[in-house]
Amino acid sequence: MPPASGDLYEKRKGVYPKAVDGFYRRLKWAIMAVTLAIYWGTPWIRWDRGPYAPDQAVLVDLAHRRFYMFAIEIWPHEFYYVAGLLVMAGIGLFLVTSAVGRAWCGYACPQTVWTDLYQHVERFIDGDRNAQIRLAKAPWSAAKAARRLAKWGVWLAIAFLTGGAWIFYFADAPTLQREFWTGSAAPVAYGTVGVLTATTFILGGFLREQLCIYMCPWPRIQTAMLDEKSLVVTYKDWRGEKRASLKKAEAHPGDFGDCIDCNQCVAVCPTGIDIREGPQIGCITCALCIDACDKVMAQVGRPRGLIDYCTQEDAEAEKNGAPSRPILRTLLRPRTIAYAAIWTSIGAAMLFALGARTRIDIAAQQDRNPIFVRLSDGAIRNAYMVKVRNMEARPRPVRVKVEGLADARLWTDAMPRDAAAPSVTATVPADSVAKLRIFIAAPPAGPARQDFRFTVTATDREGGDAREPARFERP
Amino acid sequence: MADASDKRIDTATGTELKGHEWDGIAELDTPLPRWWLWTFYATILFAIGYCIAYPAWPLVSDYTRGTLGWSSRGTLEQELAAREAQIAPIHKAIADTSITDLPGRPHLMQAAVEGGRAAFKVHCVQCHGSGAAGAKGYPNLNDDDWLWGGDLATIERTIVDGVRNPDHDATRQSIMPAFGRDQLLTGTQVDDLVAHVRVISRQDKPGAASQRGARLFADNCAVCHGADGKGSRTLGAPNLTDGIWLYGGDAGTIRETIWNSRQGVMPRWDDKLDKATIRMLAAYVHSLGGGEATPVEAANGAE
Ligand code: SF4
Ligand code: SF4
Repeated sequence: MPPASGDLYEKRKGVYPKAVDGFYRRLKWAIMAVTLAIYWGTPWIRWDRGPYAPDQAVLVDLAHRRFYMFAIEIWPHEFYYVAGLLVMAGIGLFLVTSAVGRAWCGYACPQTVWTDLYQHVERFIDGDRNAQIRLAKAPWSAAKAARRLAKWGVWLAIAFLTGGAWIFYFADAPTLQREFWTGSAAPVAYGTVGVLTATTFILGGFLREQLCIYMCPWPRIQTAMLDEKSLVVTYKDWRGEKRASLKKAEAHPGDFGDCIDCNQCVAVCPTGIDIREGPQIGCITCALCIDACDKVMAQVGRPRGLIDYCTQEDAEAEKNGAPSRPILRTLLRPRTIAYAAIWTSIGAAMLFALGARTRIDIAAQQDRNPIFVRLSDGAIRNAYMVKVRNMEARPRPVRVKVEGLADARLWTDAMPRDAAAPSVTATVPADSVAKLRIFIAAPPAGPARQDFRFTVTATDREGGDAREPARFERP
Repeated sequence: MADASDKRIDTATGTELKGHEWDGIAELDTPLPRWWLWTFYATILFAIGYCIAYPAWPLVSDYTRGTLGWSSRGTLEQELAAREAQIAPIHKAIADTSITDLPGRPHLMQAAVEGGRAAFKVHCVQCHGSGAAGAKGYPNLNDDDWLWGGDLATIERTIVDGVRNPDHDATRQSIMPAFGRDQLLTGTQVDDLVAHVRVISRQDKPGAASQRGARLFADNCAVCHGADGKGSRTLGAPNLTDGIWLYGGDAGTIRETIWNSRQGVMPRWDDKLDKATIRMLAAYVHSLGGGEATPVEAANGAE
C-alpha cells in the first residue's frame, strides 16, 4: 500500500535557469574556454625526447609506468612527486576556499562547467526558461520528441568529445586518434570513452544540481572550511528588505528596501535556490544571481551590489553602517597567507628535489639460500641481485664497485670467474633497470657479518653515482 | 488474532500500524519495497538455476554434477594443458639444441635456467638442498669445486647417468678402498695419512707423521688423487688440497673416510626425466656461480 500522504523525500523540482549576462557570466565563459582549451590541447603538444622515449609533452604511460610532463619524467619509485602534487592541490583548494568560498564549485568544477554547457544547448534548442517549462509540461508530441532527440544528441556529442579526449593523456595522441577511428585501439580505450561519455551525459544532462547538493561530499567539507572572513555570495537583506514591487515602493517611499521582488535571482540560479533566504549549502557561488540582480538594479536606477560577493564580517559591518570594502582587500589575511606560504614551500621543495635528483640508482638484494659459499681457494663467496636503474633516455655505461670490503673481487654470471676484479662494468639500456647477478669473493678471515656499500658510477661524460648499503656474510 | 476492527491506521502516513507500542512509539506495518522483494525472488531463482547447472549437493558417495558439466578439477586440468601447450615449443627447442650450443642462444638459455630452477625444486632439493648448497656427503653445487667437472656438458652427463648407480653401466664410477676396514693399512698408517692430508690442505704443519704419510700416500692414494693430491676428474677423485670438503676436513672425519671409504650415490635421471628437463637442470646448476667454461674438445665433439 503506498503512503497516502507525505513522501519521505521531497520530489525534485525542475530547475530551468534563465539566461543571464554580466561580468561573472562572461568570466565563466572565459574560464570554460581556457580550461577546455588546455584540456583538449595538452595531449597534442609534442616534446622531443630522442629515440628512446615518447615525444608527447604530457603523457601518463601506464604500460611502462612512466609519467612525462614536459622536461620532467617521473618513475614509479618517485611517486612522492605525485603525492606532493596532490598535497599541493589539496592545500591550493584550502587556500581558494578560505579566500573566496566555493569558487571551485562555481567556476572550475567539471560538474558545474558541463552542466552550464548543457544548459546553453538546452536554451538553444528548447528556448529560455519559460519555453522550457512549457515544453516540460506539454504532452509528448512529434515536435517535443524531435526537440528532445536533438538536445540529447548534442549532449551526447559534447560528452563524447570532452570525455573521450581523456584517453589521449594515456597514449600517443595522434596514433591513438587514428587507431580509435579505424577500430584498432585497445578495448580499454573504447571502454573509457564509453564510460566517460555516459557519465558526462547523465551527470551533466540529468543529475545536475542534485549531484552538487546530495551526492558531492565536497560542499560539506568546504562549508566547514569557510569562516566569516571568506567571500561568499550574500544577499544584503538590510538593504533589500522589506521587499515590495516597484509600484508599491513608489507609492510608499521609505517604507521598503531595494529588492523589488522580481525573482530574477531565483530564475537564473542553476541550483534552483533563493539566495535571499541566506547562505545555504545549495549555493555553488556561481554569482549568476549577482549578474541578474545588478541588471535589475541598473534598470530601476538603484546602486548595484544588492546581491554581491561579501564576507560575513563585512556584511555585519555594513549592516551597522560601515562602508563596503573592496573585494580584493578581503583576500589577504593570516589564514590565506599561511596557506599560500605552505603551498609555495611545498612547491619549492619539490622543484628543488626535481633539480637535485640523480638519474642513476642502485639497489641490491643478497641471496639468502645459500647465504655464503666456500670456494676451493678458501675464499667466501656471497651472491647479490643488483639492480641498476638508468633514468636517462639513452643507454649509459656504468661501473659497479664495493666500498668497505677489503680484497673483495667481483664478477657476474655473464663473465668468467677468472676475470673477477675489484669492479664490474655494464651498460644499462635507456630508461630501464639492468639486473646484474654479482658474485663477490672475499677472504675467509673477517667478521661474520660485514656491512659494506655497493656504488655505481656512470662512466660517461655526465657521470653521476649512487650507493646502496649491503652485507657480506661468512660462516 | 487481530480482526479487521482492530486495525489502526496511522493518520500521517496512511499506513497500517503493527498494533504494539513502546513508550509511545508505534511501529508501522510498512510493506517491503517492491524492488527489494523482486530482487529477493530473483536471487531464489538464480540459486535454483545455479544448483541445476553447477555441482551443488553432496550425496552419499557422490555429488550432483550439474548440467553444465563444470568442475574445478576440470578447469585446473584445462589450465594445466594450456600451460603445457604454451611451453612445449620452448622445451622442444631446448631438447633439440645441444647443451654446448645453449649459451649461444641467450633466450633459450634463460628459459632453460628458469625451467631448471623449477625442476631442481622438484627432483634435486631432497639431497642438494633448496639452495643447492648440499650437505655433508652431498656436494654444494654453488661452489667452484667439481668432482667430475663443472662445464655444461659434464654436468649434463652426470645428471643423465648418475653416480655409482648400481644398475647402470654408463654411470659415473669411482671406488675408494676402505683402507682400515679391509685391513689394507694399519691404524697408525691411517693416522699418518690423515696427518699428510691435513698438511697438503694447509691445515697443519708438516711433521714426522705427515712425512711417513706422504710415502704411504704415494703408494696407495696417488693413483686416484694424483701425486700432489689435486684429485682427478676422470676418476671423480676429489681434490684434497682445496678448501672444500664433501664430508669434512677435520682429522676425525678424514680418518673415518680413509678407514671406511665413502660411496655417495646419485640416481641416473635419464630414465625419469625427459631430455629437455635434464638439459634445463644442467643449465641451472651451471648458472649457480661455479659453472665452468666448456673445454674446447668437448664443444667440438659434442653430440
Ligand atoms: S544563489 Fe546565486 S551564486 Fe548561489 S548558486 Fe544560485 S545563482 Fe549561483
Ligand atoms: S534579483 Fe534582486 S531585486 Fe530581483 S528579487 Fe532578486 S534580489 Fe530582489
